[in-house]
Amino acid sequence: MDVRRGQRTVIDPKVRQVGFVPAGATRPPARSHSVPTDACSSSPPAPELPLSGSSLSPVMIPPPRHSSADGLPSLSRSAASPVPIPASPLRRDTVQIPIGSYNPSESVLGSSPMISPSSRLDAVSEFSDEVPTSAWLGRSGSGKFASSFPSSSGEMMTMKITGGGSGGGGNTPKSSLTTASVVKALPGVSEKDRGALIEVQNEGISKPQKQKTSKAERRAIQEAQRAAKAAAKEAGEAVKPSASSGGALPASKQGKVVKPSSQKKDGPQVTAPVVPSEKKVGDRIPDKDRKKDVPHPRMQFDDKHRVEKAKRRAVVNQSEARNRVELFRHLPQYIHGTQLPDLESKFFQLDPMHPSVYKVGLQYLSGVISGGNARCIAMLLAFQEAIKDYSTPPEKALVRDLTAKISSYVSFLIECRPLSISMGNAIKFLKNRIAKLPHTLSESEAKSSLQSDIDRFINEKIVIADKVIVGHAVTKIRDGDILLTYGSSSVVEMILLYAHELGKQFRVVLVDSRPKLEGQALLHRLVAKGLNCTYTHINAISYVMQEVTRVFLGASSVLSNGTVYSRVGTACVAMVANAFQIPVLICCEAYKFHERVQLDSICSNELGDPDVISKVAGRNDLNHLESWADNENLQLLNLIYDATPSDYVSMIITDYGMIPPTSVPVIVREYRREHLWI
Amino acid sequence: MMDFQVVVLAGGTAKKLAPLVSKEVPKALLPVANRPVLSYVLELLESSNLKDLIVVVEGEDAALRVGGWISGAYVDRLHVEVAAVPEDVGTAGALRAVAHHLTANDVLIVSGDLVSDVPPGAVAATHRRHGAVVTTLLCYAPVSGPSDTGSSAGKDKVKKSRYNIVGLDPTRQLLLHIAAGAEVEKDIRVQKNILRAVGQLEIRADLMDAHMYAFKRTVLQDVLDQKDTFHSIRQDVLPYLVRTQLRSEISANGLHKVEDNANGRVSSQNYVTWMSQHREIAPSAYQELLALSPRSPENALRTHKCCAYIASKSKYCARLNSIQAFSDINRDVVGEASHLSGYSFSSQNNIIHPSAELGSKTTVGPQCMLAEGSQMGDKCSVKRSIIGRHCRIGSNVKIVNSVVMNHVTIEDGCLVQGSVICSNVHLQERVVLKDCQMVCALWPDSV
Repeated sequence: MDVRRGQRTVIDPKVRQVGFVPAGATRPPARSHSVPTDACSSSPPAPELPLSGSSLSPVMIPPPRHSSADGLPSLSRSAASPVPIPASPLRRDTVQIPIGSYNPSESVLGSSPMISPSSRLDAVSEFSDEVPTSAWLGRSGSGKFASSFPSSSGEMMTMKITGGGSGGGGNTPKSSLTTASVVKALPGVSEKDRGALIEVQNEGISKPQKQKTSKAERRAIQEAQRAAKAAAKEAGEAVKPSASSGGALPASKQGKVVKPSSQKKDGPQVTAPVVPSEKKVGDRIPDKDRKKDVPHPRMQFDDKHRVEKAKRRAVVNQSEARNRVELFRHLPQYIHGTQLPDLESKFFQLDPMHPSVYKVGLQYLSGVISGGNARCIAMLLAFQEAIKDYSTPPEKALVRDLTAKISSYVSFLIECRPLSISMGNAIKFLKNRIAKLPHTLSESEAKSSLQSDIDRFINEKIVIADKVIVGHAVTKIRDGDILLTYGSSSVVEMILLYAHELGKQFRVVLVDSRPKLEGQALLHRLVAKGLNCTYTHINAISYVMQEVTRVFLGASSVLSNGTVYSRVGTACVAMVANAFQIPVLICCEAYKFHERVQLDSICSNELGDPDVISKVAGRNDLNHLESWADNENLQLLNLIYDATPSDYVSMIITDYGMIPPTSVPVIVREYRREHLWI
Repeated sequence: MMDFQVVVLAGGTAKKLAPLVSKEVPKALLPVANRPVLSYVLELLESSNLKDLIVVVEGEDAALRVGGWISGAYVDRLHVEVAAVPEDVGTAGALRAVAHHLTANDVLIVSGDLVSDVPPGAVAATHRRHGAVVTTLLCYAPVSGPSDTGSSAGKDKVKKSRYNIVGLDPTRQLLLHIAAGAEVEKDIRVQKNILRAVGQLEIRADLMDAHMYAFKRTVLQDVLDQKDTFHSIRQDVLPYLVRTQLRSEISANGLHKVEDNANGRVSSQNYVTWMSQHREIAPSAYQELLALSPRSPENALRTHKCCAYIASKSKYCARLNSIQAFSDINRDVVGEASHLSGYSFSSQNNIIHPSAELGSKTTVGPQCMLAEGSQMGDKCSVKRSIIGRHCRIGSNVKIVNSVVMNHVTIEDGCLVQGSVICSNVHLQERVVLKDCQMVCALWPDSV
């Protein structure tokens, strides 16, 4: 670890140049200076903000000032005044911060304790399968406020409540003849409803504002906010020396005074200076409530309440393993072998599930299908079948209903096995295609267009991408090479076979590991094709590495800080290769790239069946842990993935060419449109 | 409905159960704990949300009776179509007769004499998951209970005819060999190519084919069309499919079509092979070897999979295909598998219909059932037995481990142990019946 740290500091400057040459070349130094100024004196950056905010093109790296402006000053201010949110409306307008930009790792290096947790949070919460537009909103909005969930639920609420309220109001006079209990019950309900109604109406007013505001309006609001903020700050600073509590009171009073005036005004066209304060006060309370409602983008399985809730929704009956490793409690782990029989016995009870989706789910659960590409393709084909058999129910729009359908399928698949990042990207693509369907299309046309879209995605992003990767990678194989690979990657297999077909003379060292021993199948196929292979397990890696000339590895995903997220053990192989100064080539299709940033393999990973590591098949004499699963002192950990830091990766071979790991964010950013639109 | 159709083969008037079943009481209506045996299957299917059923009955008369009973009992609950087929066409013939009604992708075929709580969904799901051609339900052969005190030689014979010899792969999911126990005399033949493909074959004799199959429809229809000599599913169709799984003849057209459907018109052949390489990273060595076998697509498609779903030991599963099984099942349904009967048991763990009359000092022990309108005299004792409707039983009668069907008259001082007494039988005073499998009145009126 110490070695790693040391290397990083050396490598990072280089990284910055390579990664962001196009637009950010001039920025970084300025940026690095601007952080402290922000932190110390808060007034100067304010006038600059609109400039940077408006001139940001998607290509450029947004200056980290925003995040620091969010983090530091608000924190420092919150001590002085009870208005901790003023920064949040600001954030809303600051064009989304591509999480793939270099901020997070930098901030960690810079060891600014304020930013790193927040940025990591963002990174974690980023992985949501929503249609990009809503994801965009969710990201840029203040916290979770603008994400699509609450708004829809809010609308639903208003609908329901107004209906109930009017119905109740209409009925009570008429139903004087009916039993007393009904009459008694109604007022209570209606009172409650009314209370809720008021709250909801508040939200209802504030929400359209946000959605309807045009660019000009937004800017106006922003400037107003800034002015207000500056004023508040001056006030706060003025009061600060005397007493912090004294400063708190006037500010809160201000807010309260402003609120009623804003409520009187109807419609979204509120004069600029009032808006922020109204939002401040109005948003705060519902925000707290919402935090409970909104499902966390990624379930944290150590949160008992949420797990309970999810269980009630779940199709698959999941009984969680009791004995889990402390550090990984936030990841789902179920007692293996309980899910499949349960799901199987319910085969005919799950009506809304399409048979092909169900089949794929079962196959995930039983491990028949594994491997990123295979899982993704199987899922897409199942969706294709489902779309083929889909017919829009009466009085529903295809776009909406199909999206909901797909979402329900996806959540079923997640219950069977957590999604891989590649699948997440594919789902995002499909949902985007559904959302972008022209309204003029008839149902059959829409369906066939979606089906051909799926075909194209599989073909272009996976099949052809693999061919391109093979073409690139083969140029790196020379006669006399000794190539090492780990596990069983479909792309690497193709590369090796193709190179063999070309008549290159090389030898393959196949490193494998328990418990899956996936390499054996690959070894079987390679040897059958006449390749010269050496097979070993990962504990011999340091010895075997000495003779190797190149390392080819597959990946489940490549994250935008260049981290390679792959089968557990990959990091180890890459590190050893790095220590021996042997180039490590990662072969990964670009559709598996993700803008998330991950620094370790803890926060997001998958846990496999712990039993398989404690049992050795066919060796009864080694099964000392036979019935130890319930022993409290023993916790078994079977991680599925690990994260390889980009320092150990020499090159990533992708369908866009061979790139250094630092260029991943560029691909993610530049080709995002292409990914989603084809 | 997940693209499954259900066919219940309710049989006709099986000769094996000759005295029990008759023209009036076809096999499907044979009472088990005073409910027709077919109701157990229908309720099992209903509980799995399978409500569109085709019930095939042999013989017009029997079909009428079964149809009449179903329409009375399940009028609003199930959508059942009853098809009559000529007698002695066998299970395969029965399926041939209804083949044109089958349209779904897969067909679930259940025998009407199955008494079980194994969810049919499990079989169907296994079938789907593996994309198998046929999946069969195997269950642990029931261990004969205490009533089975007959001569050991007879018992062995019964067992031998009932059990199957089953070959499974190490993961116990693929069915590699199946033979009815009776057909096996000394040695079994295992095909070398299958053995080579799997590497390891587990042969078991403790499993029983429960007659619940999931078939791929196209394959089933092809087999039935091509092999018109096939008479029985269990004895002909299933072994044939299992035998030919590595050199499939039917799959040449049938499977290919299906496979194409599954891959959704992705026309490029290249793509299909790509999938076949990567889609199925197998749970066993079997598929690896399949994948390793020369990669030409025709060759890869020349194989089909036969799977097995093995019900766990805790599940109850039995077929009413012999008189012994009849009494066993009757005993179990009020005994160990009491959840199947659908009755609510009293605190003494028995069922006594309120209209039944008991004399003084008469005891009805646990795991007993006394149906409506039956009368018992004084000082009787009933243990682990089922007594049907409107029986008249005198005083001092002991009934142990027995099944007494409807309208039976038993006079004073009889002892009935381990026997089945058919309807309308009249037992005179002081008769002692021990371990008679079957007592029936051949000319009921004359007795």
